[in-house]
Amino acid sequence: MTKILNIHNLGKTYSSGSKELTVLQDISFDIEEGETFSIVGPSGSGKTTLLGLCAGLDKIDSGSISLCGTDLGKLNEDERAQLRNKHVGFIFQDFQLLPTLTALENVAVPLELRGDKNATKRAMELLGKVGLSDRIHHYPSQLSGGEQQRVALARAFCNSPSILFADEPTGNLDAETGEKVIQLLFELNKELGTTLVIVTHDLELAQKTQRILRLKGGRIIEEQTVVG
Amino acid sequence: MIDKKAIPYSKAGFSWLLKMAWRDGRASGSKLVLFMASIILGIAAVVSIQSFGENLKDNIQLQSKALMGADFIIDSGKPPNERVLQLMDSLGGANAKEINFTSMAAFPKTDAAKLVQVRGIEGGFPFYGELETTPIGAAKEYQAKGAALVDATVMLQLGMQPGDSIKVGNITLPIAGALNSVPGSTAIFSSVAPPILIPYRLIEETGLIQQGSRVDYEYYFVAKKGADMEQLDKILDPQLDAEDADLDTHTSTSERLGRRYDNFGKFLNLVAFISLLLGCVGIASAINIYIKEKLRAVAVLKCLGATRKQTFMIYLIQIAAMGLFGGIIGTVAGLLLQQLFPLLLQGLIPIEIQISFSAQAIFMGLLLGVLMSVLFALYPLIRTLYVSPLQTLRVGAEGVKKSRKALLLVSIGISVFVFLFALWLLKDWLYSLAFVGAILVTFSILGGVANLFMKGIKKYFPISWGFTARQSLLNLFRPQNQTLTLVLAIGVGTFLISTLYFTKDILLDQASIESNANSPNMILLDVQAGQELAVANTIEKSDMPVLDDIPIITMRVESIKGVMANDIRKDTTSTINQWVLNHEFRVTYRDSLIASETMEAGQWTREVTSKDLVPISVSDNFADDAKVQVGDDLTFNVQGVLLNTVIGSIRTVDWSRMQLNFSIVFPKGVLEEAPQFRVLTTKVPNEKQSALLQKELVKQFPNVSILDLRQVLSVIEGLLEKISWIINFMAFFSILTGIIVLLGAVRTSKYQRIKESVLLRTIGASSKQILKITALEYTYLGVLGGLSGILLSLIGSQLLALLVFKTSFLPSMFPFLVLFPGITLLVLSIGLLNSRSVIQSPPLEVLRKEGR
Repeated sequence: MTKILNIHNLGKTYSSGSKELTVLQDISFDIEEGETFSIVGPSGSGKTTLLGLCAGLDKIDSGSISLCGTDLGKLNEDERAQLRNKHVGFIFQDFQLLPTLTALENVAVPLELRGDKNATKRAMELLGKVGLSDRIHHYPSQLSGGEQQRVALARAFCNSPSILFADEPTGNLDAETGEKVIQLLFELNKELGTTLVIVTHDLELAQKTQRILRLKGGRIIEEQTVVG
Repeated sequence: MIDKKAIPYSKAGFSWLLKMAWRDGRASGSKLVLFMASIILGIAAVVSIQSFGENLKDNIQLQSKALMGADFIIDSGKPPNERVLQLMDSLGGANAKEINFTSMAAFPKTDAAKLVQVRGIEGGFPFYGELETTPIGAAKEYQAKGAALVDATVMLQLGMQPGDSIKVGNITLPIAGALNSVPGSTAIFSSVAPPILIPYRLIEETGLIQQGSRVDYEYYFVAKKGADMEQLDKILDPQLDAEDADLDTHTSTSERLGRRYDNFGKFLNLVAFISLLLGCVGIASAINIYIKEKLRAVAVLKCLGATRKQTFMIYLIQIAAMGLFGGIIGTVAGLLLQQLFPLLLQGLIPIEIQISFSAQAIFMGLLLGVLMSVLFALYPLIRTLYVSPLQTLRVGAEGVKKSRKALLLVSIGISVFVFLFALWLLKDWLYSLAFVGAILVTFSILGGVANLFMKGIKKYFPISWGFTARQSLLNLFRPQNQTLTLVLAIGVGTFLISTLYFTKDILLDQASIESNANSPNMILLDVQAGQELAVANTIEKSDMPVLDDIPIITMRVESIKGVMANDIRKDTTSTINQWVLNHEFRVTYRDSLIASETMEAGQWTREVTSKDLVPISVSDNFADDAKVQVGDDLTFNVQGVLLNTVIGSIRTVDWSRMQLNFSIVFPKGVLEEAPQFRVLTTKVPNEKQSALLQKELVKQFPNVSILDLRQVLSVIEGLLEKISWIINFMAFFSILTGIIVLLGAVRTSKYQRIKESVLLRTIGASSKQILKITALEYTYLGVLGGLSGILLSLIGSQLLALLVFKTSFLPSMFPFLVLFPGITLLVLSIGLLNSRSVIQSPPLEVLRKEGR
């Protein structure tokens, strides 16, 4: 199988005032196309930073990341943005919908950015899949948390990404709604054959993926393949 | 590996950017209402003035012939000599002629007397425009009937009717009708000496043209079709100049008139421009907060694959569109507003103004709307470039980088734009530079005051104060405070309004007559030699003092430093000002300086016994223009007799004082025997006495002209009143813009502090405490901004008085007593009004509402 994400000796340091804070060091792992993968660890272990770096949201300090065969270190911010638009989908803990756009417009944006003429049609389709056909003209503030996250799911899958990064996708939802969203996430993922990378505290959720990477203090402490 | 070049680039085009700008803007519109209002008001002010100015210029040009009543005029202060007559003959002879002078006229019916401008006319004047009279036929009949046309206002004031009579000098004429308008007459001059038209042939009989009378001879010409006025001016004017005559063409007159109003227009334009700049402070502050709220959306868009340029463009388009929209509304409002101007300017302008829409003003309004919005929004907008998409994951992990370079570039851009706009308005780069400099200094000082204040309270924070007082002070310098914006907005607004008031004070102060007992308020001109004792007797009999009896002798400069005036005229390298050579000087003799004079150089000579080389005193401006110093020789032609003099002293003369001032003063002992006339002055206690004395004097001495300075002053006051009306009208825009900026700043700061107020409420603060904190905070801001603005304007006006008007002035108390408390109260009320929702609603409701 082809490796969609390849990380080698990754390190990241932030400076806070005069102090240097090492958030990640010596991180190396691969993810194969179509695989489901979770990153777990306690607060401050560097999971979200790792996710951001993998998706090209930030520059790396040392090591290398290859996403969809492209070395992220060689791209500037705009080139990384374009790579994300083509290959990457996102789900955030706090949904991150654009508050001034309707549900339909929010979902259509990634496709519109590509110049896709069928953006609206495809967005409606996806919204239908997440069960929000009757809410397409609502603004985020007019939707419940669960509905907002479902819009975010539709947006994430709208551009048929090769890889989808989800940061604590149920973190802001109650258990029941969270469960429904996760079910939907896995269904869509399976249907579209997307590689899925989830950052989570929720070990039960992690167990649903094929592999689990455990982080602590910015280092990998365990890489586990889930059986069954 | 995938080649970097193979990465698909975003294909979203400009139409998507427009779509996104629209989608985002439609939901945020209400947050930008104040931003729009600032633009609309500023643009309306600028466009209305600009468009009206254009209209005025066009109207003056269109009506230039009607303004003059002819195509060109040759005029002179003395009867035309042979050479001038020859020149006029070569032009085919004058089509009409006129003799005019000011004199007293008596109205036997009401026993009243009044200073008037007597215009003796022969021929078909006016050839363009109309003599508007009541009854209409009077304009055509007065010549044949040997009657007079009398200014309509005088007729009304004195209750005269057509058919009544008027006495001018030695003759009494029937009044044919009331004169409503004469080409070339402005209401302002007419109110000092209203025009009376009589037939030319009767002038001689009036007996008013005597020694020392100021008489103007005018010859009206109608040019052949297509005649080149500029060429005529170029060829004829120098030849006429040499003969003490002057050529005025309708084009040169309209240009001169145009220029005069142009200067006034420029001043108003600057006032309007300042209110636009004030609006820009509002733009910058509103956009700053607006963009801050959008940074998260920018991060999300970047996360989804939008480039830096795309996200930047979305908001740039949005702001430019709002600017254009504001520009359109502002321009329409400005075009409608200019319709009011002819009403405000009634009497100041000698023409009827037809208002039309000026394309230039419209274009400028739209351009300004877009440019000002974009320029002042640019710095906050640049922040979108530096937003990291990582903020979607961990908001605040990496703050937006600040770029000093960007700030510098934007500041330079704004300054260059302001300079170019000022240059376009003023057409003078030095003035424009000074204007930009003054604005920068004002803004810097106000900004400095705000910063100093913040640092000051931070450093010397009164820890011992109570909770509410401390909390209100803390609000002034905590992160994301609005102190700078508010102090700038309040300060600039107050500065502008109080400067307008102080400038009016200076102008009025300049014009006022000193009220001390010895300063005259009535001047009697053209008193002939030998009449002065009788005139003085008449004045004293009416229980009024004769304050001055000033002898006046007319003379011309014959030679300067031994060079004949004629030779100087021919010398093209001479820098001596021509007026010195052509002017008929009215000279006096006395043994002391008067209040308006100070010695600058040389020595004052009180009296001489010899008439050889008389030591005289000249004014500093005469010395400058004639290029002479103490010790230089001057020869005068005193009505045929040559008199050799030497410059004994140079005086500085305050010409703005309302009294008789002289360029040239002789010592006693030389001119006593020369043909002369006199000017007497007196002080009349009230209008009634003034009227009685005038009547008595006119009866006995018809040749004496009487100038009632109080009347002149009331005319000047009326004029200033009118001008200040317009200035106030413009200031009103600044005030309104200032209020809007204030509202905007307070409202945007509301979003910043609402959470804190709610938190305070949640942990138990009472409504009263929150109200007190807010009230105190806005009072500090109002006091600081208002006071800095007034003090800055006081300093500016004092400098203006000293450097430009060369006077000191006593500032009126209006800015201190009305403006300052008014502005503070306004700031306080706006602040409290905005906090109402925080106080009235339960904390949870507010938190939920704000969270959405």
